[in-house]
Amino acid sequence: MIEIDRVAKAYDGRVVVSDLSLDIAQGAFCVLLGPSGCGKSTTLRMINRLVPFDSGAIRVDGTDVREVAPETLRRRIGYAIQSTGLFPHWRVEDNIATVPRLLRWPEDKVRRRVAELLALLRLDPETYRGKYPHQLSGGEQQRVGVARALAADPDVLLMDEPFAAVDPITRDALQSELLHIHQMTGKTIVFVTHDIEEALRLATMIAVFERGRLAQVGTPLDIVERPASDFVRDFVGVQGIGLKLLSVRRVGERMRPGEAGTGEPVAAGATLADALAAMIAQRAERLPVAEDGAIVGVIALADLVR
Amino acid sequence: MSAVEIAVSRRRWAPHNQVLPSLVIVAGIAGCGGGFVSLAPSRLVSGTPVPLWTATAAPLVVLLAAAGAVLFALGFAAPRRALSYLAAAVAAAALFATLAAAGSAAAELAAGAPPAAAIGLGAGFWVVFACVALALIEALQRAAAAAPTRLLAACLAAAGFWIMAKTGMFDALSLAHEYLSRHEIFAAAIVRHTALVLGALVPALLIGVPLGLLALRRQRIEAPLFAVLNLLQTVPSIALFGLLIAPLAGLASALPALAALGIGGVGPAPAIIALILYALLPIARNTLAGIGGVSPAAIDAARGMGMTDRQIFWRVEMPLALPVLLAGLRIVTVQTIGLAVVAALIGAGGLGAFVFDGLGQYATDLVLLGALPAIAMALAVDLLLRLATGGASRRVAS
Repeated sequence: MIEIDRVAKAYDGRVVVSDLSLDIAQGAFCVLLGPSGCGKSTTLRMINRLVPFDSGAIRVDGTDVREVAPETLRRRIGYAIQSTGLFPHWRVEDNIATVPRLLRWPEDKVRRRVAELLALLRLDPETYRGKYPHQLSGGEQQRVGVARALAADPDVLLMDEPFAAVDPITRDALQSELLHIHQMTGKTIVFVTHDIEEALRLATMIAVFERGRLAQVGTPLDIVERPASDFVRDFVGVQGIGLKLLSVRRVGERMRPGEAGTGEPVAAGATLADALAAMIAQRAERLPVAEDGAIVGVIALADLVR
Repeated sequence: MSAVEIAVSRRRWAPHNQVLPSLVIVAGIAGCGGGFVSLAPSRLVSGTPVPLWTATAAPLVVLLAAAGAVLFALGFAAPRRALSYLAAAVAAAALFATLAAAGSAAAELAAGAPPAAAIGLGAGFWVVFACVALALIEALQRAAAAAPTRLLAACLAAAGFWIMAKTGMFDALSLAHEYLSRHEIFAAAIVRHTALVLGALVPALLIGVPLGLLALRRQRIEAPLFAVLNLLQTVPSIALFGLLIAPLAGLASALPALAALGIGGVGPAPAIIALILYALLPIARNTLAGIGGVSPAAIDAARGMGMTDRQIFWRVEMPLALPVLLAGLRIVTVQTIGLAVVAALIGAGGLGAFVFDGLGQYATDLVLLGALPAIAMALAVDLLLRLATGGASRRVAS
């Protein structure tokens, strides 16, 4: 879906991104991960041409991004940023309708789409459509920011540390909703973060950046279990490695199928970390595992460390 | 009595609003003390002060004293909106009573004086008038009066003044004599003054806003541009008006076509040029501050969603910068109205003509005939643009 082909970028002779190639498949949730100043944000912004690149090529859906007018390109790609960038003088409704109106959608279609998106982001359309951004909490503002990025139903969504400025509980809820939206819509998402936990939770693929180059590209499991270099190992974190493994492996992989147990079931798709948390909360060493509403097995404390 | 009880009883007698009682005390001292009006044998010599109570009709003095007492007492009342409106109404009544008192005192004195005698407004009048006006503004402020209410109050005050003037209440005042002997050129002077201000502001906006934007987009230009504009601002206005005479006179004699258009070393042309030069700094500065103050995140989001530069400017930057831009326009308009008075020195006409005539003749009331309308004009513009700014900033509150 997105092909980044030997792209380089320097500001006044200072190399920010060098010889970077990355293929992001359709429907992938690709997290660009790295410390600040590693070029991950620049790379994201080169995809919708907010930052011009010096050499190489970027193709979205097979088309070279430099062959279309930047405005046309950007209206086809969703864009959400950390500080939301909501327009303070526009109501929630108008903010979400930005791109549809730039694309001159008929007004009744815009209204329907706004209601649909507010509902998708769990904001009551009638309560929220008329509010101004300053009347919303930080989490609500970020939901509106995500709704606005999704408004014109783009195939690709670019998100630059969208949840970095909200409190941990709100961030957790927003991450769950983004995962849910990703599963429902199958959109290709490119997501920048410096937070390893966030990357492990959300990504189907992670690209770790080190000073303008790719240090490693792989699934969350690859990154944790087989770090390609000392840099990646250090960045992922030596101390918490065991706990991080818990958060990339799923209950379904470790459960004992067919057995039965008592207690509140955990989902087969949940991470082992979720299962551990549920066991601690319920003071139980065995919990039933549910899939599609049916109990399919149990998971025990010992299974987590196998 | 315990310390707590003393504290409580002191609190009970502390005014909720210190401003109203203070204004009443100052107005009371000024009203009882110095000259409320002044009586001179002719308009060209300075007069002797006449206190309020000796000349003004007794009912007006009683009314003023009563209004003062009520306002003083209201300063101690619990802060309630209805009471603030009551204070505003009493202050408005006192404002008219003050004007009527000046008119009545003048009529009384004129009856027993020779026809050439001039009755001017004394320091006592101005202090009382200022205190009452401040009390009115303060009361409206405390009542958190909405913008339309304030506008209505200003219109009512203006209408009341106009009716009093029309019914001849102020006719005995020397100021009215000065007006009546010039009422034909007075209207023309107001029009000319307005034309000077608009003639300077429109081009200044057309030049100043792009200059501010240029400074914003090209960082290297900012420092030299504002160095020049700041330098212009430091040239004294009289000097700048004078400095423009020679080059424009030279230009007009070199190009007769320009002279035919009325452009020359003296008159409106150099005045408008000087006023434009003075207006550039605040306009460019506020454009830079206003547009530059728009959240970079909003602009980044706008660009990232596919707005063109023009759409970003008109849909995001301009509306968000509007309160700052309007505040700049307010300052620059008030400044230009004031500076245009000085422009009369190089023959630009306008209200300044009365001021300089009056200065030449030592006729204070003629100076006032030029100065008071200029002040009223500045206050009116200030009020209107303040209302507009308030409306704009409510929409972009964040």
